[in-house]
Amino acid sequence: MFHSFGKHFLYTGLEGGSCHSQYGGWSNVWFLLSQCGVCPAPNGQSRKGGQVKATATYRILAMVKQEQKESSDRPDNTAFTQQRLPAWQPILSAGIVIPGFVLIGLAFIGVGVGLFITSQNIQVLELDYTGADTANPCYECGRQSTKNCVCTMEFSLSTLFKGPVFFYYGLTNYFQNQRRYGVSKDDTQLFGDLDAIKTPTSDCAPFDYDGNNRSIVPCGALANSIFNDTFKLYVKTNNSGKKEVPLDGKGIAWWTDYNVKHRNPDVTPLKDAFKDTVKPINWPKPVYELDTTDEYNNGFINQDFLVWMRRAALPDFRKLYRRITADEYHDGLPAGNYSLEITYNYPVLTFNGRKKVVLSNVSWMGGKNDFLGIAYLVVGSLCIVMSIVMLIVYAKFKFPEED
Amino acid sequence: MTWKSPLALVREALEGQRARESELRKLVSNLPYEGLEKGKQPNRFFPSNAVKTTKYSPLLFLPKNLYEQFHRLANLYFVGLAILNFIPVVNAFQPEVGLIPICVIMCLTALKDAWEDFRRYQSDKKINNMPCFIYSRREKQYVEKRWKDVRVGDFVKVVCNEIVPADLLLLYSSDPNGVCHIETANLDGETNLKQRTAVSGVCTSNPGFEPESFNCAVVCERPNNNLNHFKCLVEKPDKDRVGASIESLLLRGCTVRNTNHAVGFVVYAGHETKSMLNNNGSRSKRSKLERKLNVDVFFCLILLFTMCLIGALGHYLWLESLPGVPPFLVPDSNGHLDEPSLASFYMFFTMIILLQILIPISLYVSIELVKVGQIFFITNDIDLYDEETDSRVQCRALNITEDLGQIEYVFSDKTGTLTENKMVFRRCSIMGTEYPHKENAIRLAVLDEPETEEEVIFNQHQQLPRTRWSLEAEGISPSDTHWQGSRRKSKVAANGQSDAAFSSPLETEVIPDQKLLQQITRAESGGGHRDSSRDKDPHLDFFLALAICNTVVVSMANAHRQRACTSPHSSQTNNPLEAFSSLLKRAGSFIQRKSKRNHTILEVPVTDAAKTDSREDRNGVQTCSLHPLSQSGGPTLEPEDLCYEAESPDEAALVYAARAYGFILLARTPDSVTVRLPSGEELVFEVLDTLTFDSNRKRMSVLVRHPVTKEYVLYTKGADYSIMELLGTPYAEHISGVEKNIAADTQHHLDCYAKEGLRTLCITKKVVSESTYRSWSGERKRAKAAMECREEQIMETAVQLETNLTLLGATGIEDRLQENVPESIMALREAGMHVWVLTGDKPETAVNIGYACRLLEEEDLVINMSCKNKLTCTSILDCTLEEVRRYGEDPSNVDTTPNISLVIDGNTLTMAMSPDLQERFVDLAKRCRSVLCCRVTPLQKSGVVKLVREKLKVMTLAVGDGANDVNMIQAADVGIGISGQEGMQAVMASDFAISRFKHLTKLLLVHGHWCYTRLANMVIYFFYKNVAYVNLLFWYQFFCGFTATAMIDYWLMIFFNLFFTSTPPILFGIFDKDVSAEVLLGVPELYRTGQGKGEYNFLTFWISILDAFYQSLVCFFIPYLAYRDSDVDIFTFGTPLNTVALFTILLHLAIEIKSWTLVHWIIMLGSVALYFVVTLAYSAVCVTCNPPSNPYWIFQSQMADPMFYLICTLSTVVALLPRYTFYVLKNSVAPSPLLQGRQLDRMDPSTRDQWIKEWRGFRGGGPVKRYELSDPPTPTLETPADFFPDSDADFMGDDLSLNVITQNRQRVVAT
Repeated sequence: MFHSFGKHFLYTGLEGGSCHSQYGGWSNVWFLLSQCGVCPAPNGQSRKGGQVKATATYRILAMVKQEQKESSDRPDNTAFTQQRLPAWQPILSAGIVIPGFVLIGLAFIGVGVGLFITSQNIQVLELDYTGADTANPCYECGRQSTKNCVCTMEFSLSTLFKGPVFFYYGLTNYFQNQRRYGVSKDDTQLFGDLDAIKTPTSDCAPFDYDGNNRSIVPCGALANSIFNDTFKLYVKTNNSGKKEVPLDGKGIAWWTDYNVKHRNPDVTPLKDAFKDTVKPINWPKPVYELDTTDEYNNGFINQDFLVWMRRAALPDFRKLYRRITADEYHDGLPAGNYSLEITYNYPVLTFNGRKKVVLSNVSWMGGKNDFLGIAYLVVGSLCIVMSIVMLIVYAKFKFPEED
Repeated sequence: MTWKSPLALVREALEGQRARESELRKLVSNLPYEGLEKGKQPNRFFPSNAVKTTKYSPLLFLPKNLYEQFHRLANLYFVGLAILNFIPVVNAFQPEVGLIPICVIMCLTALKDAWEDFRRYQSDKKINNMPCFIYSRREKQYVEKRWKDVRVGDFVKVVCNEIVPADLLLLYSSDPNGVCHIETANLDGETNLKQRTAVSGVCTSNPGFEPESFNCAVVCERPNNNLNHFKCLVEKPDKDRVGASIESLLLRGCTVRNTNHAVGFVVYAGHETKSMLNNNGSRSKRSKLERKLNVDVFFCLILLFTMCLIGALGHYLWLESLPGVPPFLVPDSNGHLDEPSLASFYMFFTMIILLQILIPISLYVSIELVKVGQIFFITNDIDLYDEETDSRVQCRALNITEDLGQIEYVFSDKTGTLTENKMVFRRCSIMGTEYPHKENAIRLAVLDEPETEEEVIFNQHQQLPRTRWSLEAEGISPSDTHWQGSRRKSKVAANGQSDAAFSSPLETEVIPDQKLLQQITRAESGGGHRDSSRDKDPHLDFFLALAICNTVVVSMANAHRQRACTSPHSSQTNNPLEAFSSLLKRAGSFIQRKSKRNHTILEVPVTDAAKTDSREDRNGVQTCSLHPLSQSGGPTLEPEDLCYEAESPDEAALVYAARAYGFILLARTPDSVTVRLPSGEELVFEVLDTLTFDSNRKRMSVLVRHPVTKEYVLYTKGADYSIMELLGTPYAEHISGVEKNIAADTQHHLDCYAKEGLRTLCITKKVVSESTYRSWSGERKRAKAAMECREEQIMETAVQLETNLTLLGATGIEDRLQENVPESIMALREAGMHVWVLTGDKPETAVNIGYACRLLEEEDLVINMSCKNKLTCTSILDCTLEEVRRYGEDPSNVDTTPNISLVIDGNTLTMAMSPDLQERFVDLAKRCRSVLCCRVTPLQKSGVVKLVREKLKVMTLAVGDGANDVNMIQAADVGIGISGQEGMQAVMASDFAISRFKHLTKLLLVHGHWCYTRLANMVIYFFYKNVAYVNLLFWYQFFCGFTATAMIDYWLMIFFNLFFTSTPPILFGIFDKDVSAEVLLGVPELYRTGQGKGEYNFLTFWISILDAFYQSLVCFFIPYLAYRDSDVDIFTFGTPLNTVALFTILLHLAIEIKSWTLVHWIIMLGSVALYFVVTLAYSAVCVTCNPPSNPYWIFQSQMADPMFYLICTLSTVVALLPRYTFYVLKNSVAPSPLLQGRQLDRMDPSTRDQWIKEWRGFRGGGPVKRYELSDPPTPTLETPADFFPDSDADFMGDDLSLNVITQNRQRVVAT
């Protein structure tokens, strides 16, 4: 103890400038000494005194210093630098994973059963009205290219079709996800930007300007090819008459599309905003006349338009057309005979497509889809089987540590 | 007047070019031209001393860095794709976004480069601005300037402890003998002092040197990087030429020691200096894994093209199948559609852009980062830190860390690598009589115990008398005890610091043999006829030769302790001081010398005007240390105070041995040697010449003039075979009967020494007549001044003199094995490495060391190949090969381990390596577990390495410590340098530098294994990751008419690779630890996993690619089936895909990660969190910011949908289930050795050790028998080595020898 103190004493007493020692262990000694006034001023006045004294001890100092210096290259002995951080080292082996497999298996089977039952409870009615075969009432309409050809499809419900009922139109083999088709639109224009209405983005080409260099609004192939069949649903009354089922066209688009992404230009009347523009080629009427009855369903925020503009991910898709929400149909469509009146416009034979109408009610998991439930059941059972296999393996091959 | 015509400029430039390129340069002093404009300066063509190691300048950084980066093919590929994206018909995304990944990658690399370059710039600046003294004619004195101001032709004064700023031709030294001591530690790591001598005959005006009067021209050779070679001559005005060599050159970077000041003429400056030419930065090698990786990148490229072709073809078929023009087909701006064939042609390129990330863009950058991390951990390993030399392991090659984990062949040097290169005198033979030095052997055995060693050192220092005179005089009492305390503590450091063989008592202390001692005493006091008999006695001559015939520098014991600190005053005055004290004692006999010595001592305080504090201090000590001496009449100079600094440790050992017998080397100057005889008398020998050691002659000689007899005596020592030749053959006519016997006896002793593993040297003497000397010295002078073939001529003159030597005796020096060498070699062998030892020693020595270090085992089958001509070599090779094959196939040998070892000597090796035999030789060597090559040259060493490397296609590692290993180190895949006694050349050439051989074990078995496993797994994972992710896009093409649609927002795709999934694999590559270091060291077999094809091979690569395909199928088709026939929109569909991919890819990694630390958890969870945060933020902020993709609120709506979670869970589980199950089953049914290692890890240490022991015992390896093996098996001469039945005949015999010795001692298999 005394030795070491002496060492410190010498050190601090001599090298005045280094009193503020970087060697942490000594700082407290220095502190003590400085309290007693031993440590000289930091400009090394000790040297002016006895030179012999100073230099002789300087050797020791140098040696002490060197001792410090010499250990300077020693790596830090910390858990991090020595790669000894506490670690969890799982070893995958049969014995350990059996409970996991059983658990996952049971959970999956549980979820699968739930999903399957939910999916089974969903009622779906699909009516193909492409008119590809002669038996179909829309056969004629499909063949001729007359506009607004009307055909009617009859169907009957034997039981109550539980509400709320969603009315979809469906297309197959329609590649809305085609890349160049998908980009052929102008988001800024649809956001209500007046400049973009005058000069649409080049993405829309060739549906950006007409022959007279007037901008097409809304521009692009996506808007141009909007689905333009319309439907009316009638329920047959007892006295061979029919009564129209009111279809609700509100709230069928995404809330964000309606409120955030799409906006009408801040111009009243709306028509003025579209001066010197033309409607898309395939459209019967300009965008500001899509729904003249309701200014909140007109222009870029027309819900049918919004639904169409949200591109389907897959070539076989359905899009929401209407919901049946009227009070009398709140519990669903009652059993009975129905007729669907279709205004047939949209050509699908150019791409071997089919058109259909889908009536469906939905659950928390969306529309009817047995796949997920079955998949969960299969995977769950597989896990159980695996755990049995593991058990056999476990029994047969034990680990060396258990020898 | 600054304007010059362009023509003049061109002429000037050409002239400069010529001046720089010419073989010889003529330099003159700058002084007459001082102050003149640059065009008039005579040395203007040579670069200044300012150094610039930076690669870039601020202005040119961008173009230069880009140029550098585009050398990497992958970068070009990605830039090409980005450019492709700007072509409208083929683009897949917004053109600009295609640039983002490559820009980010290149920016990161550029930033890294810029930072590195900035650090280089800073260090350059610091060095360039260091102060130095240059003579100025205007001021008539040396003025302080900066290093960068030094120019060729300047006169620079260097003072003690200053670093030499440029290569200086030493013209003047304050030392009266014109000697300047330098320490070249900065340059080559050798810490022993070297003497440099001023060019003789140039500086006449002693004392002091007038640079202005220097009117000679200096002609020197073109700059080269050879540190030990320099040719130059100084042409005086009278056309007299004086040659100068490396002996007169102060190299830039050296430190001046023990010399007050010196003046030199700048011959090379800046980048032309030898140290700068040697400094070629870190090495860049390409590792095996990287080579393999490039092949796999190529596979990926093929895969990519296949996928793109499928896409193009699919697009064509899809277009063809359409009956009309559907509304979703967008015509071009002219309103018409492309032909399907043309459209699909374009689509091919679009697909490449879309699927480009199949080639992992960030792989190369990630690998670099991982290697930086791995190197950090290697260099920070405390187990690889050597306390003695205070050095860590150095990684000089930055990109081959993983090669350390794949080594199959280890080539090792012997001396200094396996052994300490700390020489201990063991025994000697004088005039045919053997003196076994039994007491000394016992002492060494005792010293083996580390505890005792500590004690001995402590005691020794306690006795040091210098403590008394240096400290007590000042009356500081506590310092005395403190001194010893700190001294003891720093013992280890001191040993390391000194690095040569002087500090540890192991080498310095020799206990004399009693018999020999008596012999000497008898000879000493040999009656009245003192002069005649005494000088004839060969025993005395023998020890005189030991003391004289060397290049050892004498200094005080405490001198080098303080050399590294700021005040080396005592070492500065060491030689004079010690001489002075002896003078005081024997003033009478050497009066003529006294004045000179005194002059030296007094000069020190006077000459140097004290400028700085440190110098003031130094002067103070000067007085203080002199004070007690002069007052008390001087204490006796104890021999313990002397310290010998030798270039080779053998020399020091011999000098220490001589000292033990009373022949004490007191001082050495270039032209004299002072030796104190046992009688106390001191003799000063005039050194006439020193014929330095070279590897061709294998000997060195010193020609001295005996002070008493005035005879010219040549003492020669050297390797036995080189000396024995010069005696003439033992049966030659001119040797008398006695001498013949002596030669034969000595040869016998030499052979016995060699068998013991001792290094042997023969000591001879020759008396040269005066006339012979005169004629010879004339020739010698001419040779030294020769400009052409100087080395050859000098050597020739040496050979001329070294003839007809008289044999005095021989010495046996032990080069002790480094600690843990047998264990290390065992471990390497158990790890499946073939260990080859290549040594220049004679076979007996080598074989003995081989047994001692367990390279050879006693039950091994040792094949000894040694033959003189090629025919026999061929037949031997064939026979042996046949035998070895038979041996391997013999069913009776199945249960024994047929360990075959080969011992081959240099001549045979040359024959065996000839093109027609090398196949057979390699085939034989392949079957041998260890090979011992003796008497090989450096070139052969590298030849062997190359042969094995190329023929067997294996990973080779070479480890060595000396300049003779440089070739081998460079030839091997991995070169390891041991920074030891023999300087730094090996380290300079190496990829990794360690300080002890035993560190190799951890470096390879632990770090090599880790680095390789980590990197291999990371690379596999990287490929997997990219393939898995890209395939999601690919599968989608089947549902979008192959139109290269991405269902994931492009920004999120970029982020996915750049941020969400990039850190975990890097972390994996740096941190993952499959098996702990303890187990890896305990069970070296685990290393085998990395050898050969290793973990990253064709199979694992393709399995992971297939797994990637499977997982991507799952990740795509489960969401697809779940969303089929619904109203899902494109990005809503893509969101769960992206999320599933993230979870799958991260959890896949989680399966691979073997050890989870806190860092892992943070990074893994952080990545997931980052994904959600970024995606949520991006979906919330971006309304129309990134047309045409529009992900607004999609992620939010998905996260509100339970289906999203159900799909994600199911897909992730199904995707990972097979891999997980496979691992589980494999681990349970057929656990890999690595897994067993991990099992061991989980046990508590004691059980684990038990287990490891049993495991090893079971395999028959057996624990290392430490004490039995650390000494050579045959400690006495009476029991000849039994493993070489007729080894004498073999090695000394003429024709051929083939010994297949089988000693299969059946080992009881431990149960």
